[in-house]
Order: sequence, then structure tokens, then C-alpha cells
Amino acid sequence: MREVAVIGVGMSPWGELWRSSLRDLFAQAALEAMKDSGAPRIDSMVVGCMSSGLFNGQEHLGSLMADYAGLRGIPATRVESACASGGAAFRTGVLEVASGASDFVLVGGVEKMTDVSGDAATRALSAASDFEYEAYQGATFPALYAMVARAHMDRYGTTRKQLAMVAVKNHENGLLNPRAQFRQRISVDAVLGSVMVADPLRLLDCSPITDGAAAVVLCPKELAVKLKKKPLIKVAGIGQASDCIALAQRKDITRFEAAALAAQRAYKAAGIGPDEVDFAEVHDCFTIAEICVLEALGFCKTGQGGRFTEEGHTSRLGRKPINPSGGLKSKGHPVGATGVAQIVELVEQLRGSAGERQLSKVRCGLAENMGGTCGSAVVSILTREGA
Amino acid sequence: MKGVKVGIVGYGAYIPLNRIRAEEIAKVWGADAPSYKRGLMLEEKSVPSADQDTATMSVEASRRALERCPVDPREIGAVYVGSESHPYAVKPTGTIVAEALGAVPHCHTADLEFACKAGSEGMFIASQLVRAGACRYALAVGADTSQGAPADALEYSAAAGAAAFLFGREGLIAELVETHAYMTDTPDFWRREHMFYPKHGGRFTGEEAYFRHVVSCTRELMEKAKLKPRDFRYAVFHQPNGKFPYRAGQLAGFSKEQIDTGCLVPKLGNTYSGASPLGLSAVLDSARAGDMILMVSYGSGAGSDGFIFQATKALAEVQDKAPKTWDMLLSTRRKYLDYGSYAKHRGKIRMNEEQ
Amino acid sequence: MNIQPQRYWREIPQRYRLEAGKCRKCGKLCFPPRRKCAACGGASWDTVQLPRKGRLLTYTVVHSSTDEFAKLVPYAVAIVDLGNGVRLTAQVVDVDPGELCAGMPVRLEFRKLGEAGKAGVICYGYKAVPA
Repeated sequence: MREVAVIGVGMSPWGELWRSSLRDLFAQAALEAMKDSGAPRIDSMVVGCMSSGLFNGQEHLGSLMADYAGLRGIPATRVESACASGGAAFRTGVLEVASGASDFVLVGGVEKMTDVSGDAATRALSAASDFEYEAYQGATFPALYAMVARAHMDRYGTTRKQLAMVAVKNHENGLLNPRAQFRQRISVDAVLGSVMVADPLRLLDCSPITDGAAAVVLCPKELAVKLKKKPLIKVAGIGQASDCIALAQRKDITRFEAAALAAQRAYKAAGIGPDEVDFAEVHDCFTIAEICVLEALGFCKTGQGGRFTEEGHTSRLGRKPINPSGGLKSKGHPVGATGVAQIVELVEQLRGSAGERQLSKVRCGLAENMGGTCGSAVVSILTREGA
Repeated sequence: MKGVKVGIVGYGAYIPLNRIRAEEIAKVWGADAPSYKRGLMLEEKSVPSADQDTATMSVEASRRALERCPVDPREIGAVYVGSESHPYAVKPTGTIVAEALGAVPHCHTADLEFACKAGSEGMFIASQLVRAGACRYALAVGADTSQGAPADALEYSAAAGAAAFLFGREGLIAELVETHAYMTDTPDFWRREHMFYPKHGGRFTGEEAYFRHVVSCTRELMEKAKLKPRDFRYAVFHQPNGKFPYRAGQLAGFSKEQIDTGCLVPKLGNTYSGASPLGLSAVLDSARAGDMILMVSYGSGAGSDGFIFQATKALAEVQDKAPKTWDMLLSTRRKYLDYGSYAKHRGKIRMNEEQ
Repeated sequence: MNIQPQRYWREIPQRYRLEAGKCRKCGKLCFPPRRKCAACGGASWDTVQLPRKGRLLTYTVVHSSTDEFAKLVPYAVAIVDLGNGVRLTAQVVDVDPGELCAGMPVRLEFRKLGEAGKAGVICYGYKAVPA
């Protein structure tokens, strides 16, 4: 299989965007990525989107988005894996290039969540859970993660304060990100005082509803070299894994097994271990999610994710910066776009073009994107080659 | 009664945990609580949660009947649910219960209604079906979550509960000795289609309605069985309030002590189709071998179903196998609601229309 | 709840009677039933009814939900362990949030889960109550 490089990135604005439609958001991100890439053509497109059917009454996104990105005629496929749709789309695109099937592939993720009422959006999101045996029972998304939080707190002594610190840190990072949906500082007290959503998770423990799109352009390494892309950003390894989507059926509900498996596969492909990862963008749909993911990725011991956070290791200046973009919490979470936006952040950090939020000395970044209560997970490792 | 011996082989009761006190209701409507409490002989009533209805309570009461008499549900040949508050206007409650118990598909089911005697109606039919040999076991449930109109006297008493009786020929815990039914067309209390609350004839619901039917049925029933009030240990009468059953009992020659165990109103309210069935379940919880039990229901419109049961030795073995009625009434887990929560659960608050 | 009668009806054996599959090859219980055993790959099953008693594995109290649950908020949701490797998700009712604790014994009661609007099908199923 060929080595794959990421040669272009683009994003639409992210937020509550009344004037932007689903197709327009995608087009903005796609056009920016194509321009940034300098690619002479696009051979194929992969679209990641969780639920345009429920949010917008629109399916058939591959063709629709190819058309609106000025790419009518190319093969275009929609990939879905709930909130990991973006990551799964990325993996699909990478495999298409790696296999030699295509040279220039555009991978875009998009979600337009504000075209339906709040209730309808909540119901659409709960389709990522087991509809007949979780959503039907009244287990909302926050409720499922809240149960993970409670179990984690009961078993490992993770504290409410440690959860809050995840949100506080991500907002700190988001302050430096001009594209973040929410750019305001919050305090631990603010998190602990925000309205209860599903005990113990409060409003400020939860990522928001967002409209947005992100896109990247991929090509084989040798073509990136020909295009004089410097520095060269390479996909070192990708892993994906599935699990039963119903939380009740997991062996250990405090462990994100799919994320751990996906990470193992990615590390193996990249020939590295967790210690060699300089920074990561992870799926903090809820504060507890980031804590559990740290453990699944091997950045800290099982059960120690809360402590690891409290000790400051995951802040911008810590030894393992997590979510320098602001994460889902501050940057926003247009579901299908998130996984691709994580790649955009990795690329910008590795290129050294992350502006105010630039981390120093980064060569290897990791993105972890997951669906539902980690019923699916995609872990992507990108590295910088050259100066 | 001629023919084969039939009777109750299992029974179960279900009462929701929520309550509302008479004072709480009176407060909202500016009424004098003590006079309502005295007049109705009622302190509090049960309130179903928003997730409870006639079907849910019927299923739970029936499951408890099977706990007392664990038969293969496929041997239950008939399931009757009598209520004034069936969840659907058209689509049976009986099939929901039969499906939940596993009595389907070879089972006869019917939903019954006749104001407060819909439950005893089912008992009447179920017992005769078994006597006729049409099926081995037949189940009858009386259950209601009836509404009382706000600010109306009935609001103090309209309550929720269910009682289920499994009839059979073998392993009787209470033998059916005699039955009698007495009815006339007397419009004392009714509800028209599409109306949310029932209407009633005020004081007309007394002498010519409740008392005439209950007392006449009782007298005829005892005459048929050649029994006198003193032969009975217990008498259960329909109980729309705490006064009527004692007055009916007095008119028919029964003492207060005979009626006490089966009169649940002060702590329960009026569970409509569940009323006399729940009274019977309370009596069965206490009765001893040989005790004669009279049960006479009343349904507005109007009519009474009368039964005479005799407790057998086998009753003592099953009483403790499922929750007892008075234990449920006096449960320490009762939750007292304020009027707002009560109105919310009972759907009396207009919510936003579905989108 | 946006649910058509056929989709509701199909799950009745599970929702009303807790019917599970018991793998003929390895004996594992599977709820809801499926074709292929996740444990041993076997594809031959017996139908069994799960017991209606269990314990809470973990729980939460939902304070914010969609319209259809408005009358019940705040309500508890839990993962209930029924033993023999079977767990399911259910609301916990007739309980004070303060009473909830991991390991709490519960039984499953027949309750209304919702309705497809005022004119739609009524959806029944199981909820946990303190045992």
C-alpha cells in the first residue's frame, strides 16, 4: 500500500448558521481544502455525515456534495458511523489512495443540525444509540454518558471537579481558535453550577449543537513531494474498531474498548506507541469521554484519566496537550464534520500554521473520533516529515 | 348453584404508590376539606403516574395472581379486563394483558365496561366459562385510572388500582357458592364519547341507583343461597365513598365489622372497576378456611353483580405469596403529591401540541 | 415517540415478556435475541423468559429530555443486571433519586414507555422499581 499525505485542509465557519445550508457548508470547506491543496484534480470524494436524513430530509450526499463542490461526475460516497462518520470517511479516503485506486481524494465531513427543533435534534442524535433498547427506554445520549461517568467515579474515584477541568481546559484552548463556536473562558465553578442535564453531567460538560463542515485533500506521498508540499504531512497509521452499540451489553462500561482497539491498530500501523504521540485531538462529546479516551489511548493508566487531567498534563503547556483546537466542547460538534476537523487541526499544528494556538515541537499527532458511546472508533496518526 | 365446583385459584392486586390528600385538593378549589373528608369518609386517594394506566396495572395485578397460582399461562383460556378507563377507545386492553402473561394466542379476550362494575362483570363471565368447561382457567381483572372533574366532588375520590382473579376448577382457594345479577336502565352517572370527564345525577345516585341495586342484589343472592347476614364473615360492597358500603350493609343486615376489611376508601379512594374487586382481594388476604364472603359490586347505568365465596384451606398457603392489599394501601413508600404534580400526571394540564 | 405500530409490535415478546435467546451451543443468554451468538458464533437458539429481578449496575437521573418525557422529568435511567450475563437499560421509577445506588435490588414492572402522539399507538414495556 502506498503512503498517503494530507495536502490540503479547509473548514466552513462553525456555529449556529441560519443562512448556511447543508450543501453550502460542505462546498465552503471543500473549496477551501482544494485551493489549499493545489491538487490538479480530484479523483474521488468521500462524505462523512451522521444523519442528514433526520436533520435535513436529505440523503444521497455523495452526489449532491460532489456536484456543489464543482466535481460532478467523480465517484462520491457517503460514509456513516454516527459521530465517527468523519473519521470513518477519512479512513475510507486514505485506503482509496493507499490502494492505488485513486490519486487525489477529497474527504469532507458535514452536519447541519439547526434545521430541526432542539427535540428533533436530540432524537436524531439518539439514533447513534441502540434505538429499540436504549432510546426507547428514555436513555438520552447524556444519560448514557452520565452512567459511564457515575461508574467511572464509583470505581476509580474520578471526581466531579476533574470532569469540569476537561471543559475548562478545552475552553481555554478554544479562546485561541478563531473558528471555535464558543470562545469564552469558563471556570470549574461555572461548570459545577450549570444546569443539570443527566446526573452527574451538567450543561457545561456537554458539547453543543453546531452547523459546520471540514474537508481535507489526500494524495500519495510521491505526488505530494512532486507538488512540493512542505512540510509533508503523512498519514502514519489508521485504526478503526467497532463494539456493540448498547452500553448495557459492554463487558466493562467504563472502558472504551473500540477506541483502545482502534488505537492499537493505529499504533501498530505507524510503528509507534502512545509515548511518541506529541498531542491529540480526541472526541470530548462529554467531559467524561475525554477522560476515558485518555485511558483507551494509553496516555495514562486505566482509571487515571481524571487525575491525569487534574495534574495538568493535557493542557497546552502540559506534556500531552489534548484538544488544542478547543475540542468538541469549545470548537463545536457538527457531528459528521468533527472527525475531519480533527485531521484539519493535526495538519495545521504539524505544519506550524496553527496561529495563536500553535503547540511547540510537534512531529506526531493523533486524532480519536468515536460514535455513540464508543460503539465505533477511528484513530488516525499523522506525522510531519522534513523541516 | 348447580353443577361443577369452580372458584378463585389465584388473586392479585396492584395499587400505585402516589397519593394525594383531600386537603391538597380542597386547598386549590377553596373547599372545606374536613367536611369532604367526613362526608366521603376519605382521607387520601391513589394517583397513577403518567406511565401507569389500566393496562399496566392490570398486567401487574394479573402477574401477582399467577404468583399465587403459578399455572402455565397457555392454559388460561380467557382474559377479561373491565374498566371505565381503557387506554384505547378502540383496541382491547385484554390482548395487552394476555400477551404480557403469555396466554396468547389460543385465548378468548374481551374488554368490558359498565361503569364501576366492569371488573366484577369479567369475574361473572370468567367463572361461568370455567364452570361450563370451556376452558381450564379464566382470568378477570377490574382496573381503572378514572378521572374526577376538577372542583367536582368526585375529584376527591376518583382513584387508581387493579385486582385480578384467576378462576379454575382445581386448587380452589375460594369456592364460588352462588351468583346473582340485578340491573335496570337507570342513568345515574355516565360519560358521553369524546368527553373527558363523566357527569352524574348528584343525589339521584343514591337511593334509586346505588342502594336499590346493591341491596336488592344482596338480598336476592342470600335468598338463592339460603344464607343470612350472620353466616358471613366478610361483606364487600362497591365503595364510591366510605359511607355507602356501610349504609348498604346496614340495610341488608350486615355489621360494621363484617364490612371493615373490604372497605378501602379512606386510604384509597374509589377505584371504580377496581373497587369491589380490590375489596375482595383485601378480604382474601385475611380470610380463613370456611369463611363465607359476600361481594356485591355496583355499576352506574345501573346494575350489581353479586357473588358468594367460601374460603378453603388452600387460601392460607398463598396469601403471603404476593403483596397484600392493605400493605399496599399503607405502604411506607407512598409518595404524596401536591395538586400541580397530580394535575401533571393526570393529564389535566394542556401541553403543547405534537409537532 | 415517532413509532409506527409494526415496529412497536415486532418487539412485543421482548418488551412484554422479556423473551431472550439461549444459545444451544454455549448456553449464553442473549437479549434482545439475534441470529448469531456473540460469544461462540452459534446460530441455534431456544427461547427463554428472563427473570424480572435484578440489581442496578449504574444509573443517572435525567433532568433534560425530549417532549415525550416531559411529565416524568426528572427520571432515573439505569443499567440493570439480571444475572447470567444479561443486562438491559431501563428507567427506574417509584424511587427517590437519593435512594439510587449501584447494587440496588430492583424488579421489572410493566409500564407505559410513551405514545406516538395523542392519536398514535401506546408504547408499553418494562421499567425498574425498587424490589
